[in-house]
Amino acid sequence: MSKLSEDASGSYRLMLGNEAIARGILESGAQFCSGYPGTPSSEIIGSLTQVAKEMGIYVEWSINEKVAVEAAAAASFTGLRSVATMKNAGVNVASDFLQHFNLSGVGGNGGGMVVVAADDPNAWYSGDEEDSRWLARSAGVPLLVPDSVQEAKDMIKGAFEISETFKVYCLFCSYTRLAHRTGVVKLGKLPHPKKVASNITELITNEYPWILERLDEAFERLDKIQEAFESSPFNWYKGPDNPELMIICCGNGSPCAFEAIDFLKLQDSLGVLKLGTVWPIPRRLVEKYLARTKQVIVLEETDPFLESYVKELVADSDALAGKVKVYGRNSGHIKRWGELTPDAVSKALSKILKKEYPTRERVYAQKVENASKQMLIERVGAWCPGCPHRASFWAIKEALRKTGRNGFVINDIGCYSMDIVKTGYNITKILHSMGAGVGVGCGLGQLDRFGFKQPFISVCGDSTFFHSSIPAIINAIYNKSNMIMIVLDNAITAMTGFQPHPGTGFNAVGDAAPIVDIANFCRSLGCKVAVRDPFNIKDTIKKIIEFIKDETGVRVLILRRSCELVRMRRERKKPYKIWVDAGKCKGEKCRYCTSTFKCPGLAFNKETKKVEIVEEICTGCGVCVDICPPKAIMKEETA
Amino acid sequence: MTIAKDPLYMVICGVGGQGNILISRLLGRALLKKHYSVTIVDTFGVAQRGGAVNSNLRISKTKSYETLISHGCAHIILSLEPLETLRMLTEYGNPEVLTLTNFRPVFPLEVLSGDADYPSYDKLRQAITELSKRCWVLDATGIALKLGAVIVSNVVMLGALVATKLLPVAMQDMDNEIKDSFPPKRAELNLKALEAGFNALK
Repeated sequence: MSKLSEDASGSYRLMLGNEAIARGILESGAQFCSGYPGTPSSEIIGSLTQVAKEMGIYVEWSINEKVAVEAAAAASFTGLRSVATMKNAGVNVASDFLQHFNLSGVGGNGGGMVVVAADDPNAWYSGDEEDSRWLARSAGVPLLVPDSVQEAKDMIKGAFEISETFKVYCLFCSYTRLAHRTGVVKLGKLPHPKKVASNITELITNEYPWILERLDEAFERLDKIQEAFESSPFNWYKGPDNPELMIICCGNGSPCAFEAIDFLKLQDSLGVLKLGTVWPIPRRLVEKYLARTKQVIVLEETDPFLESYVKELVADSDALAGKVKVYGRNSGHIKRWGELTPDAVSKALSKILKKEYPTRERVYAQKVENASKQMLIERVGAWCPGCPHRASFWAIKEALRKTGRNGFVINDIGCYSMDIVKTGYNITKILHSMGAGVGVGCGLGQLDRFGFKQPFISVCGDSTFFHSSIPAIINAIYNKSNMIMIVLDNAITAMTGFQPHPGTGFNAVGDAAPIVDIANFCRSLGCKVAVRDPFNIKDTIKKIIEFIKDETGVRVLILRRSCELVRMRRERKKPYKIWVDAGKCKGEKCRYCTSTFKCPGLAFNKETKKVEIVEEICTGCGVCVDICPPKAIMKEETA
Repeated sequence: MTIAKDPLYMVICGVGGQGNILISRLLGRALLKKHYSVTIVDTFGVAQRGGAVNSNLRISKTKSYETLISHGCAHIILSLEPLETLRMLTEYGNPEVLTLTNFRPVFPLEVLSGDADYPSYDKLRQAITELSKRCWVLDATGIALKLGAVIVSNVVMLGALVATKLLPVAMQDMDNEIKDSFPPKRAELNLKALEAGFNALK
């Protein structure tokens, strides 16, 4: 039996933050869950798909975050509890709907709705470290942020209750260090909801002119939510009555604060006011604790969201103005970007309290520094051995080189983005958000009239194609943009952990699903379409050159080859046995395969001065055979 | 058996694909059954694609802060790759730290391409020894290869960890966790790996 669906109420389990959120969703009796994959949010829907059938709930991978929230909202309109999940960047995609449907009265019929947004302080897995909490402020919706794995589970339940009490969706912000931490969770009861969807009988909208009537209601609602938050169990204080320094924190700020207090042995002089209900802020509660101290540091990720509000509070209050000093990101005590760590917090606290920050023993510190300077080597990520993207980018690179004229790639979000790191080929000149590869291509494809002659190729992955590239392709067709688009179709959403999408033939819970064929779709729009296997390097290069020389219309090349990690799991064998003919290998003079092609399955041996195959990781794709200048790499089909 | 420090700070590290996350979970679950609070914070970046990965474990009877270990504060480092031992010593090492290393290198890409040199065995071994109060090393990859599957070198290391008696877990505890976590055939291979690792350091 899967861990997530075991009843075992009252027992303790070790759970990943995202699993705890998923468990909270199940314990809340939600019946409709949707999301689009994005690190660090993916395991929430991912783990729900494993238990969806036995729990009798509906779980889907939607094509993008906007559709995910719209679909989930539909369930809530009929009185069923629903959840939509996404990463921070996905909030942008969904926010057109989320900003609009804040006044619709969702949740009033028992169908509460929770929107889970996973932020990524430090941008470990993202193009930026956007703080999703601002959505709560601009849309005027309640916001909860958990500080522990246990609270993540419990707070999901709380979020549904808030949604239903106040007839508004509740925003729930997670973050990398919660999503990917594992902690002890006490399980709650697992309901098996059998609620039937009710009819929709009234107009659900906040479109003009309704919005004018709803805005007053919305502000009154926020006041009521604030009142409820004043006594929420998700907010608490630990520490002396009148601390020398008050820490106000939310999310990851809380564990970092306690670790730093222990590290600096400041248990008797520091107090921690932890806020789980972050918007609307429980103003009176915060004021009460501000009155107990003369200085405050606000610990939060990533923007000074609470910090600015605390300053506002201090400035507004006759009792506090000029008497409480507020530290945080704005004061420079915490770096203006990046995640919180115990070290960063310890340093900030030491600085404010003018205490010495305990550093590592000097001799040891010197030794370890010397050793790491001499020996440490960075490990840069790279396309896996046998990755079809390496072959695709190789072909694009060669085609651009052969046609001259400084051609380049407009990249997109996926494993193929790794072209820009030093293990890639660095033929990318523009890379932004999901779907922007084709969108920017639309624009460049109009600039010939202003003298822009550089060839360019927009790329996107198969999942990105469905997520947000389609409107841009239609735009290119309609506005007669001259452009080439390459769809790197590896038949899965690889970057985020192998989720299915409309091109894969199966759905989130593993059932067969209709295949939306990218080639036929593009043909139906009027694109010139070709399909190639990127492992057939020569043919692929030839087709790309042909497309570059064509210079008219929207040319779509689909490079189709399964993600190697997926293929290897399925087939568990190498298609070719690969070896290097040492007599032919030019070694030191060449190193073309290791330094230019850069597959990690190839290694230059400094002793023999020849290239060798790294047997443990070579997947036997055979692409290197075709790129080796002296034809020293050999292959033979395996039995 | 109990823990030497409370909370006990432990780092489990390696290179993406070596399975450090799996063994930190197995260990965590075994400790939870002994009524320890365990929290694990993973840092993996682009791990699947060859990056460095590590899990920060905090083991305690009383406190369960779910966060990273403070700079220079690890008590134990269990590493699946020697260069990663050094990387974690740089971050979390101190004169009292105990290290346990699978001394089989996984070459970074720059080494594979011939653009950088992986440090010599002796030099790296000496540095790790000097920077640890006590250091255990073994060729877990070699042991795993003898068992026919390089993939289980992580569980070999787990067996070795049990043999060091640094943590209040016995072979039986880890046996149970493995049986609970894998289908029978894979469990059998992993149990062999566990035992081989234990015997290597016993």
